[in-house]
Amino acid sequence: MSARKNLQSSLGTRFIVPSFEFALTPLLLIAYNFKTPMIKQLEEIESSALQELGSIDNIKQLESWQVRYLGKKSQLTKILRSLATLSLDKRKTVGAYANEVKGNLENRLEQKRQVLREVELAASARREDIDITLPGRPFPVGHLHPITQTLYEICDIFVSMGFQVVEGPEVEWDYYNFEALNIPKEHPARDTMSTSWIDSGTEGGERPMLLRTHTTSVSARIIETMHPPIRVVEPGKVYRYEASDATHTPMFYQIDGLAVDKGITMADLKGTLYEFSRRFFGEDRKVRFRCDYFPFVEPGIEMAIECLVCNGKGCRLCGNSGWIEILGAGMTHPQVLQCGGIDPEVYQSFAFGIGIERLPMLRYGIDDIRLFYGSDLRFLRQF
Amino acid sequence: MKIPLKWLQEYIGITLTPADLANRLTMAGTEVKGMQDIGGSWANIVVGQITAINPHPNADRLSLATVDLGTEQQTVVTGAPNLKVGDKVAFAYVRAQLVDGHSGRLFRLKSAKIRGVVSNGMVCSEKELGISDNHEEIIVLPMGVEVGASIADYLGDVILDLDITPNRPDCLSVIGIAKEVTALTGQGLDLPEVSYEESISPIDQQISVEIAAPDLCPRYCASLITGVKIAESPKWMQQRLLACGMRPISNIVDITNYVMLEYGQPLHAFDYHQIRGKRIIVRRATDGEAIVTLDGIERTLSEYMLVIADEEGAVAIAGVMGGAGSEVGEETTSILLESANFNPASIHYTGRTLRLPSEACMRFERGIRPELTLPALKHATQLIIQIAGGQAARGLADEYPGKLEQKPILLSTSQVERLLGIEFSLDQIVSVLTSLGFDCKIRESEVWATPPYWRSDIHQAVDLIEEVARIIGYDKIPTTMLSQPLPRPDPDSIIRLKQKTRCSLVGYGFQEVITYSLTSLEMLNRLLPEPHPLEPMPLRVANPMTADQEYLRPNLRANLLAALCANRRHEDGGIKLFELGRIYLPRQKDLPEEPEMLCGILSGDRLEKSWQGGDELLTFFDAKGVMEGLLNRLGVEASFEQGSEESLHPNKQAALVIAGNRLGVVGELHPKVSQAFEIGETVCLFEINLTALLSLTIGHKIFQPIPKFPSIVRDLAIVVDAEITHQEVQNIIKGYPLVVQVALFDVYSGEQVPPGKKSLAYRITFQSPTHTLTDEEVNRVQQQILSKLTSEFSATLRG
Repeated sequence: MSARKNLQSSLGTRFIVPSFEFALTPLLLIAYNFKTPMIKQLEEIESSALQELGSIDNIKQLESWQVRYLGKKSQLTKILRSLATLSLDKRKTVGAYANEVKGNLENRLEQKRQVLREVELAASARREDIDITLPGRPFPVGHLHPITQTLYEICDIFVSMGFQVVEGPEVEWDYYNFEALNIPKEHPARDTMSTSWIDSGTEGGERPMLLRTHTTSVSARIIETMHPPIRVVEPGKVYRYEASDATHTPMFYQIDGLAVDKGITMADLKGTLYEFSRRFFGEDRKVRFRCDYFPFVEPGIEMAIECLVCNGKGCRLCGNSGWIEILGAGMTHPQVLQCGGIDPEVYQSFAFGIGIERLPMLRYGIDDIRLFYGSDLRFLRQF
Repeated sequence: MKIPLKWLQEYIGITLTPADLANRLTMAGTEVKGMQDIGGSWANIVVGQITAINPHPNADRLSLATVDLGTEQQTVVTGAPNLKVGDKVAFAYVRAQLVDGHSGRLFRLKSAKIRGVVSNGMVCSEKELGISDNHEEIIVLPMGVEVGASIADYLGDVILDLDITPNRPDCLSVIGIAKEVTALTGQGLDLPEVSYEESISPIDQQISVEIAAPDLCPRYCASLITGVKIAESPKWMQQRLLACGMRPISNIVDITNYVMLEYGQPLHAFDYHQIRGKRIIVRRATDGEAIVTLDGIERTLSEYMLVIADEEGAVAIAGVMGGAGSEVGEETTSILLESANFNPASIHYTGRTLRLPSEACMRFERGIRPELTLPALKHATQLIIQIAGGQAARGLADEYPGKLEQKPILLSTSQVERLLGIEFSLDQIVSVLTSLGFDCKIRESEVWATPPYWRSDIHQAVDLIEEVARIIGYDKIPTTMLSQPLPRPDPDSIIRLKQKTRCSLVGYGFQEVITYSLTSLEMLNRLLPEPHPLEPMPLRVANPMTADQEYLRPNLRANLLAALCANRRHEDGGIKLFELGRIYLPRQKDLPEEPEMLCGILSGDRLEKSWQGGDELLTFFDAKGVMEGLLNRLGVEASFEQGSEESLHPNKQAALVIAGNRLGVVGELHPKVSQAFEIGETVCLFEINLTALLSLTIGHKIFQPIPKFPSIVRDLAIVVDAEITHQEVQNIIKGYPLVVQVALFDVYSGEQVPPGKKSLAYRITFQSPTHTLTDEEVNRVQQQILSKLTSEFSATLRG
């Protein structure tokens, strides 16, 4: 820093009041002695500039002030440009002084600009005040179908337990849908699954084709094609020859599960299903396993949960039993394993099948299954 | 099946409450789906005895009955014709809840003045108690009942409504359920003693039985009773039949039904005198053979069906329904009583084909044991003699060509533990099996268990294990998690591709729908602007439930368009729907191909109407943009070429080409198709075959380093003939070195461009991987591009 700063600090007072300065120090005396018309001119420039700056109250004025006092055509610039014509001594003192003035003006300019910006910002903030209660500009929102959401949720649960998600054909041979699952022709269990048959012309009688009545058909195929260890879940559409009403549709969804390996037990099945229930229905939902019959398992299990409406006390939803059936399961029948080429003496296996629609119906209180397949946006957008 | 608890209690003492019993049965596999408490609402109804009947002073048809109630006497007005002094009746005090005899509604009895006489209570009919429809007569109770006792003690009951699984035909009987309860509770069983006098000449002198089709009839037994008198069956039997949901008919028919409910063995009574030649032949029907069944309808039979025939023809469809010609009627005096066993599959086929489901059919088709025939036959014969009178012939007919012994099955404790994951002692196992009637022979840690004669569902060790598990209780089995090694990891699968696709579309604002896979030809034909037969024909369901669900959809479009039309009725603005599901493409002598298809449709406003405006409509380029965005996300390189689908607008459609294959389409719907679906607006549609796409989305992505040197961007606007496509121009520009990106930012034709021409404006990004580009380098390439475009398309720079 420079001559003038030194001056200022040693004087302990403001340079803009030069009348008291000169008598006090020898250095000032020197300066005073060199006080030429040019210095005087600089002093005047500075003082009028600062005075003007004080009254400026917007950026525009400030900009014109800057042009006037610091611009290319300003007096100060002219003086700085004329320095070269001065003698070495003069150039030193006037040059130093002029640069000090310039520095000072620039600093003040910057300070003033800051102040004015703050003021401007506050003003513009007031000007641009928005009604934050206006609705946001809409971004398009789509929804996964509630059945898709449910299937994904269930698949995620089983995937986290090491199961893989696989699929199989919906149009299926009688063999995989029935025969391979220990349901031969004329078996009474066929009556509980009214079947839609495919019209395959004259050759149909030999090898009947049907719309699968359960996703268990995929298990029959998996047993035939995969080698243990097997842990799969098989989501998909299934079909029944049934009229539509509030609790029936000719097409609906199931997910079957199958595990095959050495040493799998019914305790493992219970544990797996219990874990599913815990995650899907919540920690506190009571679960009941009772004996039931499905031709492709032995022993057979039906899993029920405590009614979601009455919590077990009995209500219309649960037929006063306090329990709601959720799924069928069991240890895969040795016949079924054998049929698919897996030795039931070596490998054990469990299987389960869950109807999907019931789950979102229970969860959301939906009272008509047909809503799922009606494509009504007023319904679908709710999920 | 409905089972009255009092009937069950004839065979077994039950100490559990009905609710507890129901729970035990349910948990062990016999689901109690309902319980009807008869008499649960009979407070204030007691046994009374008529001590006097006097005429009503003001009405001829009414009388005044004085009833002794033990502690007091009441005189009530009654219109019943059947009252006698000394009868014991059901007397309802004021406040009792009864069924109104006329309206059938419940009401609470009030004191009433009938033709000037006050009546504080009433004597009840069965209808008023809710046990039958009989409102003509007052209930007359047996003399043994105690005056003043609650009526529920005598007429009350709990009816269990059971859901019997198809593997347990033995449980379609009161005795079968009693046996289950024995195993569950340890209470002893007390079955009816059967004995009767055989007083006339031996049966084999009066009838011969021949089984000509032993594969379909393992056993045929019969008894003969002569001198019976056809009448109503006794009240108690009628009441039980009614409680079980069967209609009383006559003493003989009711006895056959009663014993069927009791033992689970269907019986059939023939009028012996109608059996021609005194011969019973069990044979296959001949193709086209006709028989008039009990319901008066003539049935045409086939060779897969079994009949009971006499010398001249069929007298019954075996196990399904009797013939009208041999029916027991009022004139019948001699009964040939059949108790037989038939092949389950054959009975199932016959019942299903003739649409004749029956209680008998249901039991036979589930496979009851041939050993049931004799006990049931004997009890029914005894009941006929007791109830309808008559004399039994000596001996029984019993042809048993299909005898199959129950074989012992070996079971070890380790087998049980291996399957259930819990150890049970041999004692526990044997005790369960014995309680279920199995004959158990223990050898060290194993048991040879022979199933009881009535069980037809036990064939191997796992069946025994289920018996053990269900009687001890599934709740005793622990819960453990799978501890085996995990399967091999999944390859990239269609499952993941579908999930990614769905999530992307939902992100673009599309709503997922799921529609039925079955549709109609009418619906599919709407997709054709000019009618013509569908080629190939879609797969047809042989037994469609409704006409609109007859064919398996060969595309997703029709359903989506119908969904759009339906939603338009209540929905303005933009609608964007997609479905991801299978279509079904027929193949010769094989299952159809079932590719996973994605179809999206969009129509209406591009943006949701909002206070900030937005009036644009969704167009072809929105549909194409969605497709491009999706393919980009899936990492698939795709191009588009002119499409040729008849359902789409001829000039506004493009085929999606990936690796040389057309895997999808995007376009505006043909106006005639829109019209056919009653859609009055422009609809755009896109489709991608995801199954075909799958193999192209697999493959590792390779990282491209982020450029080290700055790029230079230049805009280039050219004027070309209107026919020149953007893609042609872009391909040329992209072919030059240093060009890393070409973006079209303006297409213009109009005043400032000569007619027949259009202006295309591109923003081209130049970049080098090795150095910072100079203006000179870029100018050079840009000049080359322009020259090429000029020579290829006579392009001029737009001034």
